[in-house]
Formats: sequence, C-alpha cells, structure tokens
Amino acid sequence: MHPAPSVIVFTTLSGLGFGLLAFLGLGLPAVTGWVAFVFYGLAFGLAVGGLVASTFHLGQPKRAWRAFSQWRSSWLSCEGCAAVAALSVMGIFAIGAVFFRSHWQVLGALGAALSLATVFTTSMIYTQLKTVPRWHAPLTPALFLSYCATGGALLAGQITVAQILLPLAALIQLFSWLQGDQAFASSGTTLATATRLGGNGHVRAFEPPHTGSNYLLREFVFVVGRKHALKLRVIGFALAFVLPFALIVVPVDSTVLKHLFAGLAVLVHAAGVVTTRWLFFAEAEHVVGLYYGKR
Amino acid sequence: MTTLPAKSQKKLGLVIDLDICVGCHACVIACKGWNTENYGAPLSDQDPYGADPSGTFLNRVHSYEIQPDQGDAQLVHFPKSCLHCEDAPCVTVCPTGASYKRDKDGIVLVNEDHCIGCGLCAWSCPYGARELDLAAGVMKKCTLCVDRIYNENLPQEDQIPACVRTCPAGARHFGDLGDATSDVSQLVADRGGVDLMPEMGTKPVNKYLPPRPKDQTTTAPSPALDQPHTTPQGFMAWLDRALDQLPGGAK
Repeated sequence: MHPAPSVIVFTTLSGLGFGLLAFLGLGLPAVTGWVAFVFYGLAFGLAVGGLVASTFHLGQPKRAWRAFSQWRSSWLSCEGCAAVAALSVMGIFAIGAVFFRSHWQVLGALGAALSLATVFTTSMIYTQLKTVPRWHAPLTPALFLSYCATGGALLAGQITVAQILLPLAALIQLFSWLQGDQAFASSGTTLATATRLGGNGHVRAFEPPHTGSNYLLREFVFVVGRKHALKLRVIGFALAFVLPFALIVVPVDSTVLKHLFAGLAVLVHAAGVVTTRWLFFAEAEHVVGLYYGKR
Repeated sequence: MTTLPAKSQKKLGLVIDLDICVGCHACVIACKGWNTENYGAPLSDQDPYGADPSGTFLNRVHSYEIQPDQGDAQLVHFPKSCLHCEDAPCVTVCPTGASYKRDKDGIVLVNEDHCIGCGLCAWSCPYGARELDLAAGVMKKCTLCVDRIYNENLPQEDQIPACVRTCPAGARHFGDLGDATSDVSQLVADRGGVDLMPEMGTKPVNKYLPPRPKDQTTTAPSPALDQPHTTPQGFMAWLDRALDQLPGGAK
C-alpha cells in the first residue's frame, strides 16, 4: 500500500494524543490549573492535529462532514464519531481540571474509554480489509491500542506503567511482523484464484492493461523501500521500544535529568512510531497486485 | 445508510467469455468514451501526451498466459471491470453513504456529490474495479452504463452497456443473472461460469466463462509441409530451364 504521509501523520499523532487523553481522563496524572492546561493543550494538539492531517488525503475535503453519517455500517464513519465524542467529553473534563481544579471522575473515565475506542475504530478501518491479508488479523487492533497506550503512558509521565507497556507493545509488534509475513501466502489468494485460470496449467501475467502506471498501481502496489524493510524494522523497533525503555529505567538522581530523559523517551518513541507506521503501510500487500503479476 | 439491500431479485451484470475475447481493447475505449461524455465527472487523464501518461479507466484488459504441463501455452485476454458484487465490501466501508447498491437491479453506484474521495472503497475492492479520479477527486467505477440501459431515447440495440455494444467478437454479454431462465444465466450454466476470488466472499454478479482447452493435433502434419518442393515440375520446371538458358542463368 502507498504510505501516504497524511495517513502516517494522522495515525501517529492521534494515537499519541488519544493515548495521553486516556491517561488524563483516568487521573494519571491528576493535574489541575496551569499544569493541566499544558497537558491538555498537548493532548488536544496531537489528537486534533492528527485528525486534521487525515483530511489531506481526501479528494474532496470540504465534504468531510458527510463522513459522520454512516456510523452504523462504516468503521471510518465510526471513527469520526468516536473522535468527536472523545474530544467533546475530554474537553468538558479538561475545563473542570483547568478552571475549576476538580476532577469529574465519571466523565474522565468515559472520556478515557472513548479515546481508546477512537483508536480501536481507526485500527478496524485496516483490520476489516480482507484485501490486505497482512492487516486482516486480530493483532492489528492490538497493535494500534498497545502503541496508543504506550505513547500515552510516556507522554503522561507514567514511568511504572510505561515499563510494562513498552515490552508488551514490543512483543505485539514482533508477533504482528511474524504473522504478517506469512499472511498473504496463507490467505490462499493467488493469481489462479484471481483469474480462475489455474485449472489448465500455470498462470502467468503476460501483459498489463496499459504501458503506463495507474491509480491502482500507485495506491496498492507500492514496492519502493521493501528492500530496506528489515533495516527499518530494526531501526523502528529500537526507536519505539528499546531506547525509550532504556531512558526511563536508567537510574538518575537529579530531577531535571529525569525529566529530560523522560522527554527524550517520548521524542524517540514518536520517531519509532512513525518508522513502524510507515512500514505498516509500505509492507502491506493488496491482492489486486496479483492481477498485475506483482505478488 | 450504506448497508447492502436485503436482496435484489434482479441482478444485472456481465458475462465475459474468455474463450472469445481477442484482446482488442475496444471495450476499454468505448467505456472511456461513453463515461467521459455522460454520467458523472469525466474520466480524466494526467499527462496524456507527455512522458508518463496515466488516466482513469473503468474497464481494463489484462493478458495472461496459461502453460499446461504438456502442450502449447495459451494466451487469455482478460477484461476486468466492476463485478457488482452481492456482498459488495465497497458499499459498507463508505463513511458518507456515497457508495451504494441499488435494490432495484443490484447495480453498485457512487453518488459523486457525496463522495469525499477517501479511497477506502477502492482499498476494500479485491478486483481493482474502482479508481479515484485525480481531476475530480471522487471515486469512479463501472455504472453498468445505467444511463444507456434504461435510456429510451436510444435505439433498442443501444440500450446495453457500451462495452457490450462495441465488442466486435461477441465476448461480452449483458443481462439479468438473477433470472435463471435468462440468456446470460443459461450461458453461465452451460459453460461453467465462475466467480473471481470466491474466497473473498464478495459473491460477484458478473461471471467469467473459462477458456476451453485448445484443440490438440492428433495426426502428424502432412509430409508435404515437412519437405517443400525443391525441384519444380510442369510449367514451373519448363520456366526454370528456360530461364537457366538465358545469359547469367544457372550453369
């Protein structure tokens, strides 16, 4: 699949933002006043920034409001509705924390649940696609939710929780890669099932329909960067999990240094998320490539 | 709501005979022509006369080679357009309701005024039947020429999809696949018509008639073909001798 920058920015930023909102909603940390203003500003900035970025890949962004209408049947529509609900509830909760120095706990818990639900619906947009066997697996929502929770824990400064979530997310990512690498072959879809010409012999794509490229090839048959996939996996894994883990467990006495390391862990983790998210798209193979003899 | 209609008893669709298609691409051009001049946004081209031309097409013809274990390879031309699936994933993923399947005749269409061009329907289609038009920013797909088949301003023989109307070989057939007695349904039954990628569970309405195995020559080729005449006979022999007599002739 074509790794569109807008979609990578969207899933990365909004994942981190909703992760932080989930922790803030649960009162971890239970900040108020100016500190809360900074925390909520960051969380809303990330979540909303990501959502705005997602509209850049639309052909007709001015009609984006129509995407709220099909919440009963479409995961993409569900995501839009869940995002607005999460942001609204957490917005009210944030007003309480910033201006009234009070935590309306029920509202916060609801906001946290909605924030996680938003990330879940994002993951289901990809998981639902039978046409991309690598994504069509229960590990995909687990992957998105674990990334979201890990990023949220790091941003919220929940070091103890992050020490558990980082290895957990790392494991899910590893399993996701291992399973994903087999997914296309084990899906059973081949050029023979795509054309139903396999009964008489071995089928081979002889000639494409056009000499030039087209939308389908650009969007679904992305092959650039596959040769660096393994290196990028190592880099992404180190940035997303190994380095942040090292930065938060290293024992330091000075509070300044501790905060500095925690801040650095967030930045390194975010860079890792971008790398692995790029791979999430770039490595995903759409079955339509079979018709072009590209699988 | 973009859920699928409960059941459309009428299932308009195409039957494509892979035994007959000669790969002339006339259906591709007829489709592009009709759908650029009629229903919805035109099918645009990008850099059409430049070094890297590309454009939106609703119908494309692939070519595949089948190599049997023994004998000659067989070349199959393979036209592919929207299969108007009964369980069309492109309809249910649509966040705006722009993508829909008609309960009246099963045709899958896009309401271009509601389409936001997110591309998710094209992602969900295993067949590559949908293409986002880069000029219009909306999703384009085969309409089964909905503006021809019900158009009473056209002569009767033109009230079929443009690709079917133009096919010079008769490889494309249009009809109601929900009616077991229709010509197309009987053709599918007779020839063992198949679904593409049945494992995707899309239940395509369009069917493909697989190519029948090529004839195998059972008798040896005529000896005459193996040993063409080297020594002319009759009139040609006389002409040969006569020309040899002339100056510069063979000695």
